[in-house]
Amino acid sequence: MKEISGAQILLEVLQEQGVEVIFGYPGGAVINLYDHLPEYSCRHFLVRHEQAAVHAADGYARATGKTGVALVTSGPGATNTVTGLATASMDSIPMVVFTGQVPTPLIGNDAFQEADIVGITRPCTKHNFLVKRVEDLERIINEAFHIAGSGRPGPVLVDLPKDVIAGKCRKRKVAKTSLKGYNPNYTGHPGQIQRAVKVILKARKPVFYVGGGVVLADAAAKLTALARALKIPVTTTLMGLGAFPEDDQLSLGMLGMHGTYRANMAVTESDVLVAFGARFDDRVTGRIDTFAADAKIIHVDIDPTSISKNVDVDIPIVGDVGDVLDKMLELIEGSARETETAAGGHDEWLSEVEHWRNLHKLSYEQNEIIKPQFVVEKIGELTQDDNPIVSTEVGQNQMWAAQFFTFTKPRSWLTSGGLGTMGYGLPAAMGAQVAFPERLVIDIAGDGSIQMNSQELATVVQYNLPVKVIILNNGYLGMVRQWQELFFNKHYSSTTMNHAPDFVKLAEAYGALGLRATKPDEVEPVLKQAFTHPGPVVVDIVVAAEENVYPMVPAGEAISNMLLV
Amino acid sequence: MKHVISVLVENEFGVLSRIASLFSGRGFNIESLTVAETEDKTISSMTIVTRGDDNIIEQITKQLNKLINVIKVVELTESVQMAREMVLLKFAVNSGPKRLELLRLVEVYHGRVLELGARSLIVELTGERAKIEAALDVLAPFAIKDMSRTGMVALARDSHKN
Ligand SMILES: Cc1ncc(C[n+]2csc(CCOP(=O)(O)OP(=O)(O)O)c2C)c(N)n1
Ligand SMILES: [Mg+2]
Repeated sequence: MKEISGAQILLEVLQEQGVEVIFGYPGGAVINLYDHLPEYSCRHFLVRHEQAAVHAADGYARATGKTGVALVTSGPGATNTVTGLATASMDSIPMVVFTGQVPTPLIGNDAFQEADIVGITRPCTKHNFLVKRVEDLERIINEAFHIAGSGRPGPVLVDLPKDVIAGKCRKRKVAKTSLKGYNPNYTGHPGQIQRAVKVILKARKPVFYVGGGVVLADAAAKLTALARALKIPVTTTLMGLGAFPEDDQLSLGMLGMHGTYRANMAVTESDVLVAFGARFDDRVTGRIDTFAADAKIIHVDIDPTSISKNVDVDIPIVGDVGDVLDKMLELIEGSARETETAAGGHDEWLSEVEHWRNLHKLSYEQNEIIKPQFVVEKIGELTQDDNPIVSTEVGQNQMWAAQFFTFTKPRSWLTSGGLGTMGYGLPAAMGAQVAFPERLVIDIAGDGSIQMNSQELATVVQYNLPVKVIILNNGYLGMVRQWQELFFNKHYSSTTMNHAPDFVKLAEAYGALGLRATKPDEVEPVLKQAFTHPGPVVVDIVVAAEENVYPMVPAGEAISNMLLV
Repeated sequence: MKHVISVLVENEFGVLSRIASLFSGRGFNIESLTVAETEDKTISSMTIVTRGDDNIIEQITKQLNKLINVIKVVELTESVQMAREMVLLKFAVNSGPKRLELLRLVEVYHGRVLELGARSLIVELTGERAKIEAALDVLAPFAIKDMSRTGMVALARDSHKN
């Protein structure tokens, strides 16, 4: 076999890994790579900012379940990826990011466009590598993909010095990747699972608390089957939306700071709480000592560090949530009589939940000014047969999308949960649209957030990615304004966004369609026009400026302590 | 409570920094940390002394295990560990009764004199941490000019496999 360059090795390994799409941005340190890129089948999408390349790879990964890939140059190109990596790391998104680096002899010399990106990103990646020799390149890339996509997924960064990419060696198809210190445990302990099922079958007021792990493990159908068989109500986290169909009677909707009344009450009153792929985040639990205080807690997670980190768990089960659900389903099928009794025994509990549902529904009052919640509901209504993918920015827009859109399918919801990254929605939508050119992809945006990555309108126009950006334009950094209103005496310090661009003209400047709605009866026609337009669209919807997201649990309070209006 | 954690890691560039940044990033404290190669050159062994309640120690061991380059983590409870620390001490003492007194005390603690100069003295002490602490208390009045401590190294005893 003849010697080939590091650049070619990298591109060949990507091909072997099944990578079809790269989001990237070139520069001096990766110019050799870009030189060879057109020889390979991988499609490259040129973004307008490296942060967007990483978010796009992230959106692609969330929508498909495959590992997303981004490629950037050294120095500023590399540092621009940090927010994207941290976003993916917090939400456990599988991704490999390649960064250029100055040649190895120059490392440490403050060379032009040198940044210690491995040092910088150590805490916000699952793992990272600096490749020092071209001979190590193939092995390391395979390890990077293995680490990113297995166990609890996460982003991996591979730093590529220019001389390594230019250097030559033989490529040999590497045998199976194995790492001494990395061996995720997929199979749940049968004894623990048996104990858990016993407790679940005896529960009088059980709740399933479902996180993004169920989506990542592609275990939504199993979870749904278990909940239905046992008639156990299900609440999902922000990340878990779509893991259980919200049009099912058993759905409690989202829990936590902006969760539904019934979800927060049910969790508070529960006697057995089963967490599947969730991590007891502070936005979910509120005051921790009051969270499901009387419940036995069963926690299923692939990451042992998630278990008993924030709350003491009665029955921990480390393993792949899909595997654990399989075993649970087997056990309850094996004890049909008990299962039936248990399910029947929940009627009283379910009617209590129903009572909470009716007591405080998610609601708003639509008057002569467009309410943002109304827009989200309309989007849902108009697209319910289209199986759309919805991304969001961060803030009120994100919470209204979470509350008022009815989620029924996994991998159709792209939102920055753990990091709360403004500017995530448009590039993430772009990534998902690349994966699914035929599907309707909608970014529910805020007027503040959209300005953080609006340059990507150029990218979506260039590649004709028909993403629909729906801006809930309240003229404010609304979520921060809401906190200022409620907790800082309406001192609106630096939260007015009255110097935004004209979003319709902005869209047009990029060559996209720009539309606007200012009155409630314009919403539907404008949305319809946007959804049927073949190309990318920005819809500026002028909404009630001081509308708030309710319910709201003030930070640090018990989740049963909700502000309701 | 003080805890001793023994960690086997891949002997790779950046591993120490991964461990250090794990501790600082998560607000865990490090009292001492030692690293050295093992008989297998591709593997290093670390002994970390840290403080925290049981929950914190459990998190620390789990988080360490989660690092890709970490091969094995063992918490060494007092009953199963064999732990030693070494300290080098330099004293500014002329020959005379003071020096004799010092040498006598060093002997009590099974110390060794490494260098005997006209005006100074270098001593090595090895032992369990408690013994080192006690010795330092007793030797403090003798004008310690300089000191270098290794921090703790530890191994699990064979008779108490954990
Ligand atoms: C990058 C980043 N900077 C700051 C914040 C803090 N923050 C959270 S929500 C928010 C307001 C977002 O405003 P907008 O996009 O208009 O959304 P709205 O809440 O008005 O719907 C801000 C500034 C953040 N989440 N992300
Ligand atoms: Mg806004």
